[in-house]
Order: sequence, then structure tokens, then C-alpha cells
Amino acid sequence: MAEADGVRRRDFINIAAVSAAGVAGVGIVVPLVSQMSASADVLAASSTEIDISSIQPGQAIKAIFRKQPVFVRNLTPHEIAEANKVDVSSLRDPQTLEERTKEGKENWLITMGVCTHLGCVPLGAGEGEPKGEFGGYFCPCHGSSYDTAARIRKGPAPKNLEVPEYAFTTDTVVKIG
Amino acid sequence: MSFPWAKEYKPSHPFMQWMDDRLPLPRLVYNSVGGGYPVPRNLNYFWNFGFLAALCLVLQIVTGIVMAMHYAANTQVAFDTVEQTVRDVNWGWMMRYAHANGASAFFVVIYVHIFRGFFYGSYKAPREMVWLLGVVIFLLMMATAFMGYVLPWGQMSFWGAKVITGLFGAIPFVGEPLQQWLLGGFAPDNAALNRFFSLHYLLPFVIVGVVILHIWALHIPGSSNPTGVEVKSESDTVPFYPYYVAKDGWAIGVFAILFCTALFFFPNALGHPDNYIPANPMSTPAHIVPEWYFWPFYAILRAFTQDFFFIPAKLMGVLAMFGAILVWFFLPWLDRSPVRSGSYRPLYKKFFFFGLIPAMAVLFYCGGAPAEEPYVMLSQIAALYYFAHFLIVIPIVSAIEKPDPLPFSITESVLGEDEAAKLAPAPSATVA
Repeated sequence: MAEADGVRRRDFINIAAVSAAGVAGVGIVVPLVSQMSASADVLAASSTEIDISSIQPGQAIKAIFRKQPVFVRNLTPHEIAEANKVDVSSLRDPQTLEERTKEGKENWLITMGVCTHLGCVPLGAGEGEPKGEFGGYFCPCHGSSYDTAARIRKGPAPKNLEVPEYAFTTDTVVKIG
Repeated sequence: MSFPWAKEYKPSHPFMQWMDDRLPLPRLVYNSVGGGYPVPRNLNYFWNFGFLAALCLVLQIVTGIVMAMHYAANTQVAFDTVEQTVRDVNWGWMMRYAHANGASAFFVVIYVHIFRGFFYGSYKAPREMVWLLGVVIFLLMMATAFMGYVLPWGQMSFWGAKVITGLFGAIPFVGEPLQQWLLGGFAPDNAALNRFFSLHYLLPFVIVGVVILHIWALHIPGSSNPTGVEVKSESDTVPFYPYYVAKDGWAIGVFAILFCTALFFFPNALGHPDNYIPANPMSTPAHIVPEWYFWPFYAILRAFTQDFFFIPAKLMGVLAMFGAILVWFFLPWLDRSPVRSGSYRPLYKKFFFFGLIPAMAVLFYCGGAPAEEPYVMLSQIAALYYFAHFLIVIPIVSAIEKPDPLPFSITESVLGEDEAAKLAPAPSATVA
């Protein structure tokens, strides 16, 4: 039975009911999907402070940031020269050492210790570990080699080792995240 | 559905008659795996593997439920609860090793089952849905097996989880958020372990559901057979019970001997010593390999070492790895040959035995080997052939091949003659 405004009562109820069910469906799916994302306690533990005063030039440490290793490396002048010698345009992921460090602190190379290929921990931060043919880090899983600025030079990894967000709170303390 | 000569379920006991009028479950069983299901009389031993796969699924569910009774999905204690199950729980060692080796047995059986399908053209009309559902089951199995391997929270568990979830990070734009969503954090941790346990418990029952659909779809046209010639008359079939029930029973015997040999004498032969080291997010094992049943696909993943135009090598590897299985979904339409069975396809048979099988063998081997030469190059060649086999070889072969003459019927192939063939309009053995 047609109403005065041309909208049938039954069509209106039908569309309204299906729309309401659709909105309710979205309302149910959103929490179900969202609950799988990182929880508040995981996010709360997402910054970390590191004392770097004891790291000598040529040495590196592994710290933990967001449950993943982070490498803090005190580069020697030779390693810095080595990194700056490279023609940036020839790199797979072109970046200079300056872009990967803080101004005036070019010797402090702070990167995630997570290979950008499939997430293994590259070797080269610990004492006596192989540093690969470019003198930085070497991932044993699939053979990615990183240079002294932790830039990808060889192997399957697509990107340089990620530089996390960080800041020097003092000359000897770094806050990551 | 069934053939017109299928025996009808006729309950004699009054209770069974009463039941049949109210819930005809015994009738369903009789028509599915009883005397009411006529099956080609010429099935060879490769046709036992579907039943064996179902047996493995039951074995995994039973031992898995037992494992869950003694397991705690928490990164602090998960490793210890598994060890405690093995050392302290009565028969825990047997349950644990039966479950771990049961996964391997399941994949052995399923690979034979799949390659049976490849050779005998089981995926062809009218059984495309059987095949598609089977590929879905295989994908579910892979997901279930992967998450199960994470649960003991050893080094291989942890790094396997990291590498596999890292694959999703290769997807452009949404990769990293997706990876964090899957893990519930930035790296595998308690949140990931818990959800993997939850899903590892759920997915086998989803598999049971899809298996029911798989068998349902199979029972519409009925089982295929080694000649690939469809059933024509009653003399082509025998009832499932007792003939194939007995034969499957024999298969259980052989399977049990092999399985028990592995379980009781070589329980760790297919495992990795590294997984007896508790997970350590700070140190990667020198040689990360997945379980053996993932090796062919892992080899394809690692075969891509060069960027392909604008697609990074890592993404290419991930796409190829998933593509290696997804291509199976298209197989019923890539293979246009009207002849099902490889036995009557001289050219297809050659490519199957001297192309696909060696390529898979090489991929299997290289997937478990370190990521160095010559394994990378071998994987690349084998992966190239693998895709060419499905996308180029099969369509071309099915277009140009002249198949061998088919028998008139299953009966003729078994007995050498078929009375019905003499009455049929000649010539009967040509391809439709």
C-alpha cells in the first residue's frame, strides 16, 4: 500500500532493520578486531633508557626495546670514514650516516637489532661475532650484510636496519622510543 | 545422491527403525561409509590416504586435547610445562611425541594424497569442489601446524613465529600494522603465544568441518579411480563396507607400524635440537629452518634474492610462497585435458615424473639447507619449473597431447573384458 509520500511502510521498516543490523555488526566486529592489537601494558613498556657511558669506540651493546634487541654502537673514526666513503646513490636504501645519527653524535649508531628481511637478530654487536664483509652487521639467517652505518649492502633484506626514535637526555643517557 | 544400484538402508531392529524416523544418523553413516556407498572396484593403495588423513586428524585432536590438559600458554612457563608433560605426567612423553610426530605423519599422508590427485587428475570435473576444499584444508593445516610449533616456546618456536609473522610485514603499507595486530605487540610475546594457543585449539575443529564438506562434495559424483573412467554400471563398483573398510583397516596396520617406529625409536628425528633451548629474543639460532613439511615453500620464499622491477625481493618471495599453493586453486581450469588419469597421458606423465616430482624434491631439500650457494640457485631453478609446470606446461600439454586409448569401463580394465562393452556402440575407447 503506497503512502502519501511514495515510501512504502514495509520498505522503510525493511531498510531500517537491515541498516540497524549492519551497524550492530560493525559494532561487534570493531572490538573483536581491536582486542588483538597491542594492549596498553605492551604499549606502556614501549620506551627505554640506556646508559652508554661505558661503550668504548669500536664496541657495541645489545639493549632491549619493545621486547626486541636494539644495537648501540660507538663507531671508530675509521668506521665513520668507511661509511661516508660510500656513494649513497648506489645503495639499496639510500641514506647517509648523518641522516642515521644525531648531529654532533655521529659516532653513536643506534639501530634496531632486527634484520629487515624476516626479523632475525644480526650478528656483529657482540664481542667476536662476525660483522660481515662490510664491517657492520651480518644476519646469519639469509645472509644479509650491513655496513658500518647499518645500511643494507648485500643479501635479501630490503631496508637498512631501522633507526628507532630516540634522543640523548644527557651526554651519556639515551632514551629510545 | 548415489548410484541407482546402491543398497538402501533397511533397519531391522525396531529401535533402529524408530531412530531412522526421527534422526536418520545411522542411515547417513550407512550411505557414506557403509554398504550403501558404491566405490570403484579398482582403487589402488593411493586411495587409502584420504582415510589415513582422517585418521591423523583424529590422532592429532585426541593427543592435542591431552597436551592442552598439561600445558600453560604463558611465556614464563610454556617451555617448562611441555618438558614437565614429557618428564612427569603419566604417559606424557608418549602423548607429546605422538602429537609432534603425528603432525609429520599427517603431512606425509596429505602430500601423498595431494600428489595422488595431481597424477590421477582427481581435481577435474565433476570433482572441482572436492579439490578446492582440499586446498583449503591444506592451508588450514599449515596454519595449525605453524601455530602448534610455536607453543613449546623454544628457540625455533620463537624465531619461526618471528620469521613467519615477518612475512606479513612485507605487504606494502599495511604490513607493519598488520604484523603488530597479528602478534598483539612488536615481537612475539605472551599475547602472541596465547592467541596462537587459542587458534591452535580452534582450527582443527574448523578442519573437521571442511573435511565433512570435502567428503560430502566427494560423495556427489563418487570417488574417482586409477583409470579416470567414470563408473558406468554396478559391475564397476563394490560397496564401501566391507571392501574398502577392510582395505583401510589394512592401511591402518601399515601406518601404525611406521608411525610407532618413529614414535618409539626416533621421536626427535624430525625435530630441531634448538627447540630444546628456551626462547631467547636476543639471540637468533644460527640456522633457522621451519619443520620439514614447510621446506618446499620456504625454499620458494628464499629463492627471490633480486628486486623485480618495483617489487622488493622480500615481497616477491612472500607472494611466490603463497602463490605456490594458491595456483592449485586454478588447477582444474589450467588442465584442459578431458582424460583424467595420468596413466593414459604419455606427455603429462613424463612432466609429472621428470618435472614436478624432481622440482619438488629439490625444493624440499633446499628448503632445509642453509641460505647459500648452490642451494639458492637450485631453489630458483626448481621454483621456476614449479610455476612453469602449473602455468605453462599443464595448459600446453593438455592442448597438444594425444592420450592413450582408455578402457571402455572400470570392469574392462580389471577383467580384460566387459559384457556391456560388446553392446555399446563402437568405437568405445576414444576420448570424449
